[in-house]
Amino acid sequence: MDLKELVTYKLKEKFPEVEFDITDYKEQLAVTFDKKNIVNVASFLKDDPDLQFKLCEDVTAIDWARRKNRFAVVYHIFSLKLNSRIRLKSDVDESDLSVDSVAFVWKTADWHERETYDMYGIIFNNHPDFRRMYMPEEFEYYPLRKDFPLMGIPGSLPLPKKDE
Amino acid sequence: MGLEAKLKQDGFFTSTVDALVAWARKSAVWPMPMGISCCAIEMMASGDPRYDIARFGSEVMRFTPRQSDCMIVAGTVTYKMSHVVKKIYDQMPAPKWVIAMGACTSSGGMYRSYPVVQGIDQFMPVDIYLAGCPPRPDNLLNALMQIQEKIGRTKARDFQDRPLPELPVIQNN
Amino acid sequence: MEKITSREEVSTKILQALLNQETDITIEDALENEMILNMGPQHPATHGVLRLLLRLDGETVMACVPELGYLHRGYEKMAENMSYYEFIPHTDRLDYLSPMANNVAWVMAVEKLAGIEAPPRAQYIRMMVSELARIASHLLAIGALTMDVGALTVFLWTLREREKILDIWDILCGARFTNSYTRIGGVANDVQPEALAKIKWFIEQFEENIDECERLINTNRIFVERLDSVGVISAEDAIQIGFTGPNLRGSGVEFDLRRATPYMFYNEMDFKIPVYKEGDCLARYFVRCDETRESIKIIRQILDKMPQGEVIANNPKRVLPKKTEIYSKMEELIHDFMIVNFGINPPVGEVYSAVENPKGELGFYLVSKGEGSPWKCKIRSPSMVNLQALPMLVKGHMISDVVAIIGSLDPVMGEADK
Ligand code: SF4
Repeated sequence: MDLKELVTYKLKEKFPEVEFDITDYKEQLAVTFDKKNIVNVASFLKDDPDLQFKLCEDVTAIDWARRKNRFAVVYHIFSLKLNSRIRLKSDVDESDLSVDSVAFVWKTADWHERETYDMYGIIFNNHPDFRRMYMPEEFEYYPLRKDFPLMGIPGSLPLPKKDE
Repeated sequence: MGLEAKLKQDGFFTSTVDALVAWARKSAVWPMPMGISCCAIEMMASGDPRYDIARFGSEVMRFTPRQSDCMIVAGTVTYKMSHVVKKIYDQMPAPKWVIAMGACTSSGGMYRSYPVVQGIDQFMPVDIYLAGCPPRPDNLLNALMQIQEKIGRTKARDFQDRPLPELPVIQNN
Repeated sequence: MEKITSREEVSTKILQALLNQETDITIEDALENEMILNMGPQHPATHGVLRLLLRLDGETVMACVPELGYLHRGYEKMAENMSYYEFIPHTDRLDYLSPMANNVAWVMAVEKLAGIEAPPRAQYIRMMVSELARIASHLLAIGALTMDVGALTVFLWTLREREKILDIWDILCGARFTNSYTRIGGVANDVQPEALAKIKWFIEQFEENIDECERLINTNRIFVERLDSVGVISAEDAIQIGFTGPNLRGSGVEFDLRRATPYMFYNEMDFKIPVYKEGDCLARYFVRCDETRESIKIIRQILDKMPQGEVIANNPKRVLPKKTEIYSKMEELIHDFMIVNFGINPPVGEVYSAVENPKGELGFYLVSKGEGSPWKCKIRSPSMVNLQALPMLVKGHMISDVVAIIGSLDPVMGEADK
């Protein structure tokens, strides 16, 4: 059984009521589903003895700017057992920017989620330490959103005063 | 060359205090290595056996601003970091000099983006802008020699009665 | 002089002295209580601009909060605003201790997205330079670690070796360490015979030199005791926290992307993956030392096997033509103009491509909308993830161990902060 069949079979068996959209592009498997199920699916993929996606490599988001669901959160997870990687995706709409945190499933997601919040303003529920990652805490904008200009907003970040 | 040549005959020579002080100052510039990113690696390389910054009397890298004369800002200064750089600069005792090492520090360089300060001269004085991304260690040594030349032209009284900068005690950044 | 008798008296006296001045201290007993220590961002042992807030009880670290972002340069935003070619020089500055490896990682991601295949010789050259980069990076990691625990000599020795690699790069592409040597579809130029000769000479003499360094410190009791059983992390925890690279292998997990998901020609190479079970600072140090030797082995095989041929793919719509041809041929001029001005426009799609960098897994996640610049570029940097373990590792250790632990994790802030 190749990876796609295995993952499809396993997920269908465990979550019959959830709709999964499983695509394969350039030999990379992507699983898209509703954001409500993210924690359940994540812990299943991690703990299932045949899959064991124990290494979470990356959590990020995409800003699609003009689509109906403006954002998508993306997880890349790796299985040391199968030596392969899959991508999980869920859409997030601007009206409800919250997603459940997977920091309790994979500890490493902690900082990745903070970074995603810092850059896109997506809120992760139940996160153990929810703060900005890179930008100062007073900063009001989310830099990686498409409506944020590359050179930033003048005056939004203070400089020290120059003394004469 | 140098002092020994003057001492050949009777063991004394005449000079001005200014010249003597300037000579002493410029021959032992203790740098404050403000290593922030890539350029810091080249700064370290200038201290290694091949480039050997010790030849210019500057091998004593002081990691505390209180003991240094010349701050080498090596690396991209972001807005978040700028407060730290300024604070450290303020803590250095006068007279003090600043080398802005690399394109980023001098002008923002290749980073035309929201978190990067487009040149540190926006918030502190700079004596030497050092071109290159990163400048090679030889280039840093050249900058050091220029600083020495600049120090050599100063008079001792130039730095008299300078008011000490006021340091904010608690700064939350 | 007054004689101080008991401990209570001391503490009340100090407290009294404190309270006599205007303070807003509210703690009951200053000497019994915890304190907060700020370390960095300008601290010589934090390898750049990492800032730590430590909660101390005496000298023991109770908790630690790392604060990042002092070197956040907005790479991901910049990548969305420039073409795929323009971003190559920026990858140099991510992990600035091994720029060549980052270049390779980036062009591999773009090639995967655009469906370009580099010719075999180019791939061999890429493998060779990324192994050299691995050596250069590990040399600095070893040197900095030993310097942090107080042995300056080794730092000078490893830096001396590193200079030799920088010399090779100088010949190869004209820059000491911001190389930008790779191109989409190949590499900028073929390896010059002088560079090859220098590489041969380097690998001949390197092992002797690293042995010399190791002889100096491996039996040094101070060095060993400062690292042994300090900052221990179990294999399970290491995977949980997302460790990759030498840090993970120091915890006894045999995971190396060069083996797990072979790319380029690594599956034809014969090399061992050094693994140590202890998971402490010393184990991570040993992994790095051994890896430099394995890299030398790989480079030896590459030099034997390197095929002749082109070093850049023939794909005029996507790969920049040679400079000499642009000046003499019309068609090349047009292609060059199109690529430089409008980019290479890879098809709509998304890829995640990861390679084994000296620090761990460096991944690029690219989303293309068919335009000249990526719609989204996410950099998965190993240093940031590895740093995440810091609060766990330093808990219960002394302040001076914090320095050793940071050194053994070997973070690079340019990459951690992006
Ligand atoms: S000038 Fe170049 S090498 Fe120096 S810090 Fe900036 S990007 Fe790095």
